[in-house]
Amino acid sequence: MASSSIPADAHGDPTRRDFLMVATGALAAVGGIATAWPFIDNLNPAADTLALSSVEVDVKAIAVGQAITVKWRGKPVFIRHRTPEEIKEADAVKLVDLPDPQTDNSRVTDTAKKVRPEWLILIGKQGDPRGEYGGWYCPCHGSQYDTSGRIRKGPAPKNLEVPDYLFSSDTLVKIG
Amino acid sequence: MASQHGAPPVFNNKVIAWIDYRLPIFSYIEKEYHHFPTPRNFNYFWNFGAIATVMLVLMIVTGIVLAMNYQPNSELAFDSVERIMRDVPSGWMMRYMHMTGASFFFVAVYIHIFRGLYYGSYKAPRELLWILGVVILLLMMATAFLGYVLPWGQMSFWGATVITNLFSAIPLVGESVVTWLWGGFAVDNPTLNRFFALHYLLPFIIVAVVALHVVALHVHGSNNPLGIDPKGPQDTVPFHPYYTMKDGFGLTIFMIIYAGFVFFAPNLLGEPVNYVPANPLVTPNEIVPEWYLLPFYAILRAIPDKLGGVIAMFGSIAVLFVLPWLDTSRVRSCTFRPIYKWFVFVLVIDALVLGYCGAHSPDAVLDLGLIKVPLLAVARVGTLYYFFHFLVLLPVLGKIERPLPMPPSIADAVLKKKAV
Repeated sequence: MASSSIPADAHGDPTRRDFLMVATGALAAVGGIATAWPFIDNLNPAADTLALSSVEVDVKAIAVGQAITVKWRGKPVFIRHRTPEEIKEADAVKLVDLPDPQTDNSRVTDTAKKVRPEWLILIGKQGDPRGEYGGWYCPCHGSQYDTSGRIRKGPAPKNLEVPDYLFSSDTLVKIG
Repeated sequence: MASQHGAPPVFNNKVIAWIDYRLPIFSYIEKEYHHFPTPRNFNYFWNFGAIATVMLVLMIVTGIVLAMNYQPNSELAFDSVERIMRDVPSGWMMRYMHMTGASFFFVAVYIHIFRGLYYGSYKAPRELLWILGVVILLLMMATAFLGYVLPWGQMSFWGATVITNLFSAIPLVGESVVTWLWGGFAVDNPTLNRFFALHYLLPFIIVAVVALHVVALHVHGSNNPLGIDPKGPQDTVPFHPYYTMKDGFGLTIFMIIYAGFVFFAPNLLGEPVNYVPANPLVTPNEIVPEWYLLPFYAILRAIPDKLGGVIAMFGSIAVLFVLPWLDTSRVRSCTFRPIYKWFVFVLVIDALVLGYCGAHSPDAVLDLGLIKVPLLAVARVGTLYYFFHFLVLLPVLGKIERPLPMPPSIADAVLKKKAV
């Protein structure tokens, strides 16, 4: 039996059979992952869902101090025409007082880097236009937001999200 | 009693004997549900396993017929539920049974869990039995949440939004995970589709885990109010007819109460705002889950940090998985634990207080006449106590508490009680 092709290695070194076992196992694992991926990816947004991902809004009719809600990607987006006082109030807040520090200017800049402090555009996850900081109040967890949509009090870790938007003219904005 | 000790049953019916020789299902039923030696001293708390099983079957049966008329499409779902209520023969009854049934399934399971806590049913050698039970609880919560989304009312939609958004607290990949869960950029039709598919699937997984739960139960048999092991035939009675009868009686009482709710107050435990169709642009004044999830919702909101809240909420269930090892006392039943006994009731009160906090807005204030207490503070204390109970009280108390003297056997205790 000395000529056996699968020798029992007395020194405990890996044999050809060990190699084949490991190689087969590794290939099966890779195959398993490759098979699992389409099933996982299958749950991601479909092409038609992705196609409806931007919306254009005419903001001409929104008076100073007024806010409208438009639906974008199935969520409410608040477009608020801020009053000079609200802008001043948002500007005056010290960054150290904010849980998620962001300047007001950085939150009113469109994708062409143009700052329009009178227009505040936010994704309103679960927002209500009230609250003690003049902005919004989230009833689910009791978070309070200011006139820049920044978190001021409550459990939310982040400011209300500003979507990507672009003013193609002074009154037409494309969100998304 | 002789067949208790291993003699295989003889079936006179030829067909049954033929089948049993090839697939011993009749022997199994005979052994596990007829002669199965069961402690003779059960009280009515031991009804709730059987009751919960019946509720599970009832939920599946009503659910299957509801699915035959339900439309899992965001444009049609709400109206299809209204059609079930108004036009489908007996549809209102199927839906009210299913809706109220969810609540009563949780009632049965929560009492069942309390039984386990009070009488130490989670201790050796029943740790896996207990852990399987916690798995069932988690699956039930997931199923209930998914099912609540299906009528596509306001609370369905916003409940789904709040709960799925919890996953956005995961560092780095949170947002992608939420988009993946939704199949879009918000809770929408793709979300409803998959929730329906999963809501139909999970109950059958629960059935499978319940089967494992029962198999694990039948290895060492049931615990009992004294928490001491049966030492011989004098401590046990056959499962049938003794406990089939007792379970049947308890089940009947439970069903009468359940039927009372189904027929006279089907909407008492629900949120009226869920009869308003889902509207992504209007948030309800308060977003609250169904009553059976309220304590966990209160824990979620008590932590002033999103990720921390999510961890605490899942932690409140996770702690139950390691309960058998947190309890250092060697005595099972609280009957013989003079101190811990009271803390089990304090835990129940704590859960009720947390439930109250979960049902109300976090900035609500509890007016007690002399003092006004902000509910958020109450929820925080309640959350702290919940974890204190499991992580500090249980391990420490087991070491310092002096248990009461235990009777030598179940028969001894039962017969002595009768004599008095």
